[in-house]
Amino acid sequence: MSDLKGIYALWYRETKVFQREQSRIVASIVNPILWFLIIGGGLGSTVSIEGINYQTFIFPGVLIQTVLFSSIFFGVYIVWDKKIDFLKEVIVSPMGRTSIFIGKMIGGSTDTILQIFILFIVGFLFFSAGLMPGVHLDPLSLILSLVFLLVTTFAMTSLGLILGSQMESPEGFQLVGSFVIFPMFFLSGALFPINNLPKWLAPFVFLDPVTYSVDGLRGVLIGTSNFPIIYDFTIIMLFCAAMVLIGTYAFKKMRF
Amino acid sequence: MFAIETKDLTKRYDKTNVVDNLNLQVRDGEIFGLLGPNGAGKTTTLLMLTTLYPPTSGTAKVAGLDIIKESGRVRKSIGIVFQDPSSDEILTGYENLKLHGWLYDMPDDLKEKRITEVLALVGLTEKKDMRVRKYSGGMRRRLELARGLMHHPKVLFLDEPTLGLDPQSRETIWAYIKKLAKEEKITIIITTHYMEEADKLCDRIGIIDHGRIVVLGSPKKLKKDLGGDIIRLRVRGLDVRTLRSLKYVMKVQRCEGEYCLTVTNASKHLQEILNAVGEVKSVEVRSPTLDDVFMHYTGRAIREGQAEGGWADKVMHAMAKK
Repeated sequence: MSDLKGIYALWYRETKVFQREQSRIVASIVNPILWFLIIGGGLGSTVSIEGINYQTFIFPGVLIQTVLFSSIFFGVYIVWDKKIDFLKEVIVSPMGRTSIFIGKMIGGSTDTILQIFILFIVGFLFFSAGLMPGVHLDPLSLILSLVFLLVTTFAMTSLGLILGSQMESPEGFQLVGSFVIFPMFFLSGALFPINNLPKWLAPFVFLDPVTYSVDGLRGVLIGTSNFPIIYDFTIIMLFCAAMVLIGTYAFKKMRF
Repeated sequence: MFAIETKDLTKRYDKTNVVDNLNLQVRDGEIFGLLGPNGAGKTTTLLMLTTLYPPTSGTAKVAGLDIIKESGRVRKSIGIVFQDPSSDEILTGYENLKLHGWLYDMPDDLKEKRITEVLALVGLTEKKDMRVRKYSGGMRRRLELARGLMHHPKVLFLDEPTLGLDPQSRETIWAYIKKLAKEEKITIIITTHYMEEADKLCDRIGIIDHGRIVVLGSPKKLKKDLGGDIIRLRVRGLDVRTLRSLKYVMKVQRCEGEYCLTVTNASKHLQEILNAVGEVKSVEVRSPTLDDVFMHYTGRAIREGQAEGGWADKVMHAMAKK
């Protein structure tokens, strides 16, 4: 694998971006905190779900939301890179396209995972302040939830890169990206329980792969889930594998 | 041994051959200029030679390797400096080179040694820890030049290396290109539409028009082959036939509302020509430049200024049309 150094190079570059453009991280975690405090706090004052405090209930959903937005919108950098940046230099190097995809995917995922770490710290503060009673923040739950979040992140970053590799303008990417992200987010049950849905809505919810991420994460962090956790995990793993495969293919077909 | 050898290399978009059965040989160690107006096919040729775009038919060998069957190995043996900036603004100059070393899988000690060497070669040693965002356009081009060389490529492609630079930076880049050609002993392929650039840098040039090479040779020889001097005339109502009947007038061409004559020994025959054409508004006599060579073979002037888009734009444009 002579491409390992190249993959490392792509990852290294993303970490530098993060070190040097810290405003990106700050901006990206403000939104989830607002969701948690305002939607969670506002609705939570009247709503509780199956005896669970609403803010506690949406904490997993807010984490997944962060993964969705941050990972998929990472794909926009590919669109920029195609025009002005670093990608051309990478494409003409001896690295294979698969390795380039993997390097970009790991790099982008690192961004998201960093945000998730920060949100866990924020979550711990909220928990200590009594805002989210009943969240499991023991080491085992943390590790399991990180596994869920990591797989989801890989899948969503790949999806973002697939979109990015097909798009020509950043504006177009924003549009299509939003078109993909919002339905996936709203259908996922991040904000509502999925065990008692209207008949017309249920199929859409169960077709959304993000549903299983949210459900699994809720199982791990709160101890309540609609499906067995292993079932959630299997589906999200399969979805991730499919995204990585399609992404590799899309990168091979990408032209400059 | 040829650094580049194309065999009926063809690229077709929309039923037109943008590159049309191109057969071209570039010798080892020369600086070769591919000259042509916008849309002549030079960028497309470069795209194919650097394996970024597959030819419709035909093939080529770069550094002895087939661009279709051995594309990975071709990419390892070539360096490229793009028309558009392709270094990372967030990183420093040094980090950009370090990343390049990793992408080309260079051993660490060699990588560090080469970074020091190429930085010195382009005079950026002092600025290596500055972020590229703060570099000037010329510095950035020099960094990319250094980067293209770092992994000891056998062939270095420079796509419009001084496009968009001010005249002073342009001169600097030319000086660096000459220096590195001498010190690194590699073959350099330059695409350009600046005649002056080709004249100053290239050992040989090929003028490409409508996807074909129309003429090939050293700038000196091409100019000499025109066989005389250029007289540019602005006159009212010229009788072309009379002019053509003079045996020292080799060629009469219209150029932008004026007439360009190719004349053997112009200083001797100027008076006779002036007598023959009647009332003259202006006249200019000079030895031929590459612009004249270009005009002679393509019947058009090559114009500075309006640049082609980058590779990416060009291909995306082509794909959008499909």
